[in-house]
Amino acid sequence: MSDKPRKFKGGVHPNDSKALSAAKAIQDAPLLNTYNVIVHQNIGAPPEIVVKKGDEVKKGDLLAKASGFVSVPLHAPTSGTIKMIDKCPGPACVSVPCITIAADGEDTWGDCMEPIADWKNAKPEDLKQRVSDAGIVGMGGAGFPSHVKLSPNKPIDTLILNGAECEPYLTADHRLMLEEAEKVVLGAAILARILGLDGAVIGVENNKPDAIEELNKIASKYNVKVQGLRVNYPQGAEKQLIYALTGREVPIGGLPMDAGCVVQNVASAAAVAEAVIDGRPLIERVTTVTGEPLVNPGNWRFRLGTPISKALELAGGIKTQPAKLLLGGPMMGFAQNSLDVTVMKNTSGILLIPVETASQYTSEPCIRCGRCVEVCPMDILPATISQAVENERFDWASQLNVMACIECGSCSYVCPSHRPLNQHFKRAKAEIAAARRKEQKK
Amino acid sequence: MAEETTTPSIQLPDATKLVVSNSPHIRGNETISKVMVQVLIALLPAVIAAVWFFGLAALKVMVLCTVGCIAVEEIWNKCAKRAPTWKDGSAAITGLLLAMNLSAGAPWWICVLGCLLAIILGKQLFGGLGFNPFNPALVARVALLIGFPSLMTSWVVPNPGNLTACDAMTGATPLGAQGEAVASLSNLFTGNVGGCLGETSALALLLGGAFLIIRKLIKWQVPAAFIGTVVVISGLVHAINPEITQTPIYHVLAGGLLIGAFFMATDMVTSPMTAKGALIFGFGCGLITSVIRIWGGYPEGVSFSILFMNALTPLIDRYTIGKPFGYIRIKKEA
Repeated sequence: MSDKPRKFKGGVHPNDSKALSAAKAIQDAPLLNTYNVIVHQNIGAPPEIVVKKGDEVKKGDLLAKASGFVSVPLHAPTSGTIKMIDKCPGPACVSVPCITIAADGEDTWGDCMEPIADWKNAKPEDLKQRVSDAGIVGMGGAGFPSHVKLSPNKPIDTLILNGAECEPYLTADHRLMLEEAEKVVLGAAILARILGLDGAVIGVENNKPDAIEELNKIASKYNVKVQGLRVNYPQGAEKQLIYALTGREVPIGGLPMDAGCVVQNVASAAAVAEAVIDGRPLIERVTTVTGEPLVNPGNWRFRLGTPISKALELAGGIKTQPAKLLLGGPMMGFAQNSLDVTVMKNTSGILLIPVETASQYTSEPCIRCGRCVEVCPMDILPATISQAVENERFDWASQLNVMACIECGSCSYVCPSHRPLNQHFKRAKAEIAAARRKEQKK
Repeated sequence: MAEETTTPSIQLPDATKLVVSNSPHIRGNETISKVMVQVLIALLPAVIAAVWFFGLAALKVMVLCTVGCIAVEEIWNKCAKRAPTWKDGSAAITGLLLAMNLSAGAPWWICVLGCLLAIILGKQLFGGLGFNPFNPALVARVALLIGFPSLMTSWVVPNPGNLTACDAMTGATPLGAQGEAVASLSNLFTGNVGGCLGETSALALLLGGAFLIIRKLIKWQVPAAFIGTVVVISGLVHAINPEITQTPIYHVLAGGLLIGAFFMATDMVTSPMTAKGALIFGFGCGLITSVIRIWGGYPEGVSFSILFMNALTPLIDRYTIGKPFGYIRIKKEA
C-alpha cells in the first residue's frame, strides 16, 4: 500500500455545508413514549417478527430474527409493551411493516448478549457470529449486513473503514470519529481479527483534520492506520475509496472482495465494538439533523424507531418551509413525503433542503458539453446513455455500461441543461435487471 | 400514535408541501446561458480588434448578424409553436460567429441571408439547439462562399483606429497568393491585414481562446491537435519545397485557423465528447485544412475541414468510448 492516496477520476465539489452541524457535539435524544420500529432495515431478506401484540420487551430484546444468511435480527430500542404490529410510512414513500413499542419509561436492559472482553483471544467465528447477532449493517447508507461482508470467499488482505463522509451536510461520522475515536479504532481491530488481518486503514477526507488527529492518538495501539483523503465527492463510494487507498479497481459487477478488500463504515465499526465489548445490539445510531431551514441543526444519538418529526423538534423546528426532506445526504439521499418515517440503522442524516437550493429544473436538450463525462468517476458516458434511455434503448444503454453506474449523481450535479441523468440510469438499471431476470427464468 | 404534545412554538415542515424527486437534490449553478455568455466574453477581444481595424462598418455587420440570428430563431419558434429560446444565448453566438466570418464590407442582405441559412438550415431544421450536426455559422459561411464567391473573398483594407474610414475592396487575402507572403508576421499577429472580421487578429483570438481553455469551456485537445497538425504538415512541406507553401507560423497566423480552432471546431454540440475523440477531431481538421490550403483549389480550408469533421463526429464518438473504471480486471478474469 502506498502512502499517498491515489486520485480517482472525476468527481465534483459541491458546497459541503457541514459547518451547520460539524461543531455540535453528539447529544442523546430523550426517551419517547412510542417508537415505530421499521422491520426491514437491511438489504436482503426482511427479518422474521418474533413478538406479538401485548408482549413485554426489555431494551435490547429480540423483535425479529434473521431469516437467512443475508438478513439481520432487529432489537427493541427501549423497554415497554408491543402496542401494535402494523404498517407505517417507510423511507421509499410507501407503507412498510413496523412494530410499535409503547415505552414504559424504565428503559431497562434485558438479558444482553455476553460481553466478549477478551476479544483478542476469542475465536474469529464467535466474533463474526456476534456481529450478526447484534444486527449490524452498513450504517453509511446502504444497510448491507456487515457479517456477510466478513464472510468473503476470496482472499482478503486489506480492511478499510470508510470515514470519508463525502456527502455534503452530513457530520454524524465526523462527530463519532472525533468523540468516540477509541470505539471506532477498537471496532476496526475486532473486524481485522475476524478477517485474520493484522491491521486496518481508516480513510477520512482531509476536511476533518480534528477527527484524523483524534483517531491517530490511539490508532497505532491497534495497528490501525489513518489515511487522509482528498476532498472530492464521491470519495466515500466503495470502489473509489478502495482505489484511493490501494490502487486496485473493483471489477464492474464485482464486490470489494474481488479486489482483496473489505470495506465497513466507521459507525458500523463502532457498533461492532459495542456488540463485542458490551454485548449490546444495534438499537441506536448517530444521525445528523441539519439543513438551512432548521433553527438548531446538530448531531443526535437516536434510537431506532424515532419519528423524523421528533428529530426535527429536537433541532428546534424550522424557520422556513423547506422544499425537500431527505433521509441521507443531498447527493444520494431519499426524498420523503411524511414526517412519520422513523430513524433506521442506515439513517445517516435527516436533511431539510431550502427552496432556494433544491434541485428543481426543467430539463433542456443536451448540448454535448461533456461535463458529465469529465466528472463521471466510473468513466462511462452519461450524456449518451441518457439519450439511449430516452429512446428506450436499454440494450444500447447496457452496451454503454450503464450497469457500472454507482448513482453518485455527479453528472446530474454538473449538467448545465439540468438533465435528469441519474434518474435515467436508475431506470435503465432497473429495466435491464428485470430483463435479465426474465431471461434467467426461461 | 404520537401522543406527545408538541410545543406550540416549534414549527415543523408542512409535509404536504414537500417535493419528492430523485437524487441528487442539489445542483451546480451552471446553466446553458452561463456557458454561452462566457463564450461571448471570450469573443470580446476579437470584436474589439475588428472594430479597431475595420471601423464602424465592422460593428454594423456584427450587430446585424447577432440581432438577425436571434430574430430568425424567434420567428421560427413562433411558427413552430415553441417556447422562446433566445435567452440560452446560442443564437447570439451563432450570429456573432457568422459576422466574424464575413468582411466588414459585406452588404446587409448577405448578413440577413447568412442568418437565415445559419439558424434555419444549420440549426432548426435538425431540431434546434443540441441536435444540429453541423456548426450553424459555418453552414451559412460555406453556403454564402459557394453562392457569392467574389463577394465573400473581397476584403476591406484595415485602417487601425479610424472608425469611419472604409476603403473597400482589396484583392488578395494573406493566404490567397500561393507561396508568397503578402503580409508581415507582425501585422498578421495584431490583425492589421485584410480578411474576415474575426480571423485577422491572432492576438485577440489567442486571448479569447486562452479564456475558453482556462474556464474549461472548450476541450484544449481540439485546438491543440488542429493547430499542431497544420504546423507539422505545412512545416514538412515548406522544408521540402518552400515554393509550394508558406512557413508554418504564417499558416497559423493567417486565415481562419485560429478562430476556427478555438471557436468553431470546439462547438460543443458538433464536436466529440471525449478527450480522445477531441484529439482525433482536431487532427482531422488540421489534416484537411492543410491539404486544401496547400494543394486545393480554395485558398482557405478551415471551414470545409470543420464541417467535414462535424459529419464524422457521431462516428468518432462511437469509436472512442473508453473502458469504464474496473473494466480491465473483468477481462483478465474472464
